[in-house]
Amino acid sequence: MKTKRGQGPEKGTGNVSRRDFLRGAGVAVSGTLLVGESMAEPAEASGQARGPGEVPVTLRINGEARQLDLEPRVTLLDALRDRLGITGAKKVCDRATCGACTVLLDDEPVYACTVLAIEAEGHNVTTIEHFSKGGQLHPVMKAFVDHDAQQCGFCTPGFVMASIAFLKNHPNPSLEEVEKGLGGNLCRCGTYHGIRLAVLEAAKTMTAQDEGGSIHG
Amino acid sequence: MASCKYAWPPVGHRGLIGQSISRIDGPAKSSGRAKYTYDVKLPGMLYGACLRSAYAHAKITAVDTSAAAKMPGVKGIRVIQGVGKEIQWAGDEIVEVAATTEQAAQDAVRAIKVEYQQLPFFVNEANLQKDQAASRTKPASELKVGDPDKAFAEDGVVIHEGHYGVPVITHCCLEAHGHATEWTGPKNLRTHSSTQGVSALPMQFAEALNIPSANVEVICQYMGGGFGSKFQMDRWGQYTALLAKDTGKPVKYLLERAAEQEVAGCRPSGFARVKVAARKDGTLTAWESECWGTGGPGPSGILPIPYVLDIPNRIRRHTFVSTNIGPSRAWRAPNHPQSCLLTMAPLDDLAAKLNMDPLELLMKNAHLAPENLGKVYREELQKAAELAEWSKLWHPRGEKTSGHLKRGLGVSFHTWGGRGHVSNCLFSIEPDGSVVAELGSQDLGTGTRTVIAVVAADTLGLPVGAVTVKIGDSRYPYDGPSGGSTTVGGVSASTRRAAVDARDSLFAAVAPALGVPADQLVAVGGTIQAKNDPTKRLSWKQACAKLGGRKIQTTGKNPGECMLGSSGVGGVTAADVSVDVETGLVRINRMVAVQDCGLIIDMKTAKSQCYGALIMGIGYSLFEEKIMDNITGRMLNPNMEFYKLCSLPDIGELVVHMMTGPGYDERGVIGLGEPPVISPGAAISNAVANAIGVRVPTLPITPEKVLAALAKGGVA
Repeated sequence: MKTKRGQGPEKGTGNVSRRDFLRGAGVAVSGTLLVGESMAEPAEASGQARGPGEVPVTLRINGEARQLDLEPRVTLLDALRDRLGITGAKKVCDRATCGACTVLLDDEPVYACTVLAIEAEGHNVTTIEHFSKGGQLHPVMKAFVDHDAQQCGFCTPGFVMASIAFLKNHPNPSLEEVEKGLGGNLCRCGTYHGIRLAVLEAAKTMTAQDEGGSIHG
Repeated sequence: MASCKYAWPPVGHRGLIGQSISRIDGPAKSSGRAKYTYDVKLPGMLYGACLRSAYAHAKITAVDTSAAAKMPGVKGIRVIQGVGKEIQWAGDEIVEVAATTEQAAQDAVRAIKVEYQQLPFFVNEANLQKDQAASRTKPASELKVGDPDKAFAEDGVVIHEGHYGVPVITHCCLEAHGHATEWTGPKNLRTHSSTQGVSALPMQFAEALNIPSANVEVICQYMGGGFGSKFQMDRWGQYTALLAKDTGKPVKYLLERAAEQEVAGCRPSGFARVKVAARKDGTLTAWESECWGTGGPGPSGILPIPYVLDIPNRIRRHTFVSTNIGPSRAWRAPNHPQSCLLTMAPLDDLAAKLNMDPLELLMKNAHLAPENLGKVYREELQKAAELAEWSKLWHPRGEKTSGHLKRGLGVSFHTWGGRGHVSNCLFSIEPDGSVVAELGSQDLGTGTRTVIAVVAADTLGLPVGAVTVKIGDSRYPYDGPSGGSTTVGGVSASTRRAAVDARDSLFAAVAPALGVPADQLVAVGGTIQAKNDPTKRLSWKQACAKLGGRKIQTTGKNPGECMLGSSGVGGVTAADVSVDVETGLVRINRMVAVQDCGLIIDMKTAKSQCYGALIMGIGYSLFEEKIMDNITGRMLNPNMEFYKLCSLPDIGELVVHMMTGPGYDERGVIGLGEPPVISPGAAISNAVANAIGVRVPTLPITPEKVLAALAKGGVA
């Protein structure tokens, strides 16, 4: 696995690093990249293999149960995008490098490209769409607009999701913590300057609005 | 200028122009609602996948798609390059399939059998002697001015000789290249395409598919990065459309990440042996360079070195090297970043040999730049020096303090054209007060939508949100492709002309009601009012209601009447780095960009271009390289874990200063997307040399190369 420049050892329990992203998922992944990572295997635990053909899957997405027939190899990201038309999460690197597909699994950020849809069963999946329900922008989204923390915008939903999760554990982050905590997401246009400012400002806004409140606000 | 009715409003009369305004599509992007080509899902849509060549150079001897055709979900198969075709790079398209799911399409690709006759290939060009030995070189040009031999022989001149280079890098667009195509009639195609040229693409599809170009509609509301690589329909676009025709279903195919890295992006390399001379006072007198580079099988650009500075006696020779690495594409400021490093690094080394501050050397020779750039550079160098704390932090080459972290400063300058392209704006003021601007342009993330809205709103005295901007569809009036930093100059000028004409029509319509001659009316603060008597006024809505149910519609063109833009900008980048001489790791402390682009429409998105360019510049200076394998002929890092982009902890402090005001604004609008990405490579390379006392001759400046340069010692 790639060790990213500038990402030191994890400090404290709430620090969000790439490792935590994957651990937080608590799932096995389809590729060969993560051999050796210790992961839970829900299917094995129940003693039943599923597939290889389509199997019924129930996903709880943004508080709503969605039923699908999917091959077990279909990732959570492909299920969201191709089957459900929930397209905020983007497929970019397709192997847990860039973070453009970040969603929350039980409030922990995961790379949806490296989580199988069947492994998301029984968990709450939250996508970026949840955070602007009713057209109201989440404070992180608003700060991204105000600080122009986006150009082409393709990495932006992933950054917004990673930021929301990061701020949950770091309500009052330092600049260095922002840089390390969001170092697992990549942007090509070069919007990191705006992102740093946006996340710091969103932290202030959110702290003022709701001391320690739910991240689903 | 002021006498022309379309002229930009003078200072003091600009409501919005030049302010910091948030991009109007920001909420759509940050909330994930913006729909990109990759997000398009059409009824019954099939997914494409492509079998690509495993070899860099081979002849195809057999293609068998029979097993794939029988697989579940497979609806269409097209052989793109069949038996007898000679493949010139790994990853080239051989067969494209369409299936009901992405997984089924990929299964089908794996079931296709292709046999090849492998042929000799060549994928690494950094060593010119090896290139020549492999018969891969072709002399491209020689340019001689003055008498270099005589100038080098002049008594007392100081001469520096060195070798420098910039490797091939890839575009790495986050949204891969591709299209979602559907046939809306036997000869009518609609395609959602991730493109930099909404208005240009119909002609390409039409020609490839033998249908009238008026029957092709191209849609691109949002696109996830192009950087010069997305002007073409590409072969996969043609075959995606053909598969849609074959199957009677819409087909979407965007490149897999490996293909995106391997075949859809490539900036040509540039290497050079350079000899440069100056008198002891720093006056540059002579230049000689032997330059080479590859852009894949075909020729790449000729690098214009010495860059910017017309050293009086100079000779340059350029050699193309043909390789099997895949075709090159324009990359943000084609040829300039390479040329800039191949010039500014040797000049920096020469300054060290002269015991001169490189900033002083550039100041002294800035007059060798064409036209008025010398003056611009001197002003910008001064500003950059101030922002980088040059007088406090700069030291002669090689930081002498103890400790393993060595700090250094470097500087470079650059230029770019950026004249506005052809643009047509159809502009409407509706009787209900709504305002619409329609252009067949596209917003790559540069802020095109926002610029159009700002110009229109400023002209009409309205808030930005009052203007609806319709772009990203070839049904709107023709507009130029977004390349060469030409878009902002084009769309701002056409929109200004259209909006002024529309506003004047509105003045004429409301003049009788106000009892004021039309030429005495102004549009300001959401009202139409008499210039000299603000009590005679109508709100915007009241004014539009006087249109009698008829809308005003105007067309603005670029080029057109009145000078609204020009070209030829200057910019300076300064870098402040720390190098760990034990690990070889380079860290950015601070980057400073000082940039001119004439009149700025939106300060916020303009600065974003500079911040982004600095970050991209750090990326290609320290991390990025398309690494080719001599054994397999393939790219070794066609992904995003080993093709490294900058991440948040890599960028340091970023400082951007835009040159505005007298001397700059009156040049009108000039493009900005490209220029600030040119100098970071040279500035960072020079800063590293300043820190550690030796030159790391080629980009990217990896820890391995830093340690090698330190071990070798000496300059270049």
